[in-house]
Amino acid sequence: MMNNTVISVKNMVKKFGHFTANDNLNFEVYKGEIFGFLGANGAGKTTAIRILSGLSEPTSGEVIVAGFNARHQAEKIKKNIGYMCQKFSLYEDLTVKENITLYGGIYGMSRDLIRKRTNELLEKLKFHEYENRIIADLPLGLKQKLAFSVAVLHEPKIVFLDEPTGGVDPITRRQFWEMIYQTAEMGITVFVTTHYMDEAEYCDRISIMSDGKIVALDTPENLKNKYHAGSVEEVFIKIARPANN
Amino acid sequence: MQNIIESEGICKKFGDTEALKNISFSVNEGDIFGFIGPDGAGKTTLFRIITTLLVQDEGDLKVLGLDAIKDYKELRKNIGYMPGRFSLYQDLSVEENLNFYATVFGTSVKENYELISDIYSHIEPFKKRLAGKLSGGMKQKLALSCALIHKPRLLVLDEPTTGVDAVSRSEFWSMLSKLREHNITILVSTPYMDEAMRCDNIALIQNGNILSINTPVKVKEGFSRKLFRVRADEKYKLITALRKYPQTLSAYPFGDSVHVTLIDDQIDKLFYLFLNEAGLKGVTVEETAANIEDRFLELMEKA
Repeated sequence: MMNNTVISVKNMVKKFGHFTANDNLNFEVYKGEIFGFLGANGAGKTTAIRILSGLSEPTSGEVIVAGFNARHQAEKIKKNIGYMCQKFSLYEDLTVKENITLYGGIYGMSRDLIRKRTNELLEKLKFHEYENRIIADLPLGLKQKLAFSVAVLHEPKIVFLDEPTGGVDPITRRQFWEMIYQTAEMGITVFVTTHYMDEAEYCDRISIMSDGKIVALDTPENLKNKYHAGSVEEVFIKIARPANN
Repeated sequence: MQNIIESEGICKKFGDTEALKNISFSVNEGDIFGFIGPDGAGKTTLFRIITTLLVQDEGDLKVLGLDAIKDYKELRKNIGYMPGRFSLYQDLSVEENLNFYATVFGTSVKENYELISDIYSHIEPFKKRLAGKLSGGMKQKLALSCALIHKPRLLVLDEPTTGVDAVSRSEFWSMLSKLREHNITILVSTPYMDEAMRCDNIALIQNGNILSINTPVKVKEGFSRKLFRVRADEKYKLITALRKYPQTLSAYPFGDSVHVTLIDDQIDKLFYLFLNEAGLKGVTVEETAANIEDRFLELMEKA
């Protein structure tokens, strides 16, 4: 295992009864990398992300995330990762500041550190005017940016983003990706799923899942060359067709 | 040809929030008309008004030649509506849901089967399964079948492809195109800009305003400047450098490149020199045609 490997997955299998959701996955993700995790609905992405983030155990195989084993060190994994999804990330009836403080506390950060990071974060997002507003009153774009910042508040080794830009306007979507680039430059690995195929092109490497298996894994450039495709979307349509949807 | 929808100056407020500001447009019979815009743009509010589930504060709305407020009962018989959230009965089977919707509209599955057969045949093998137990793609096909079973003249689809993968989205649009043969007018909304090209006419919508309305090709052609596609080995570094270049008007990442507009619409030696000095390697530049999203970004900046 290279010492800059932050996720190592070997022969990972996850079964639910007779159904194999993840069928022998093998891949590595490196420090500071933007890794796009693509696949059709029902291909098994969510199952895999749940295992990688310590929420579920693999049926078999070896999964190491941030140096910890997903089978018996799930709690340690959770402390060393961040997670954000489109549907739920922040408490709608708490203010911006309260949400930041809450998450800082959950991650076990000291009061001083929380205060320091809160100020940095509000400064970076130019969010001071919103600090005492409740989340429910913020426009979607601002919510998503804040949710992302909160997910990396404790400077985790890896942050998992599950469709972070669904439904946001094109300008906000691009600003969001600039935050992703900045985060990766800090050395935090970004593991991201998306249905916007142009966003897949922003990733360093992408994997494509279909029916529980990884059917492709490479840089966007190499995949386009391999499949004689002009865009990742074309690659995706060629190889990600689900068996029965 | 008749206008299926005529909207004139529709406004709708919720408290202090202006959800729709002076919305005017018309939809031709047999067209696929798309409302393209992000969450919160007003798409759902507008569709609820058109389907007579909400009443506008101001403005006139005629749908299928009928007044949307006065003639709502008549209108509802001729509209099929698929809301953004899955709204069928989860504890009824596939078949029971379809029969239920047919009965509510005073028809039968048999009578209009031809209209839905292309779509329904995919899920018919699972007709005894509860709707709540279907996969996302199958739910979508069932919802579409139920919205069509009374053979409506107007089909209203609120974000039918949101959260759906690129393969299934493409298939869904093919199904819509096929419905055209039955002369059904389709009103559809989507946050995915690339889907605009599958429509006959589109309206770009943001913050309750229509930014542009035309055929997708004409909307694209509305882009007012020369657009350059720039690539380099390090994308983020490239974006940052382009933002610092004094001639740059806009620089947005698009897939594997950055789309750039410049004050004098020209790339000169200085441009290359600047990027070179910023330490960028593998720089290539070409002029490119704007797509819908380029135009949307341009209109957003002006708004």
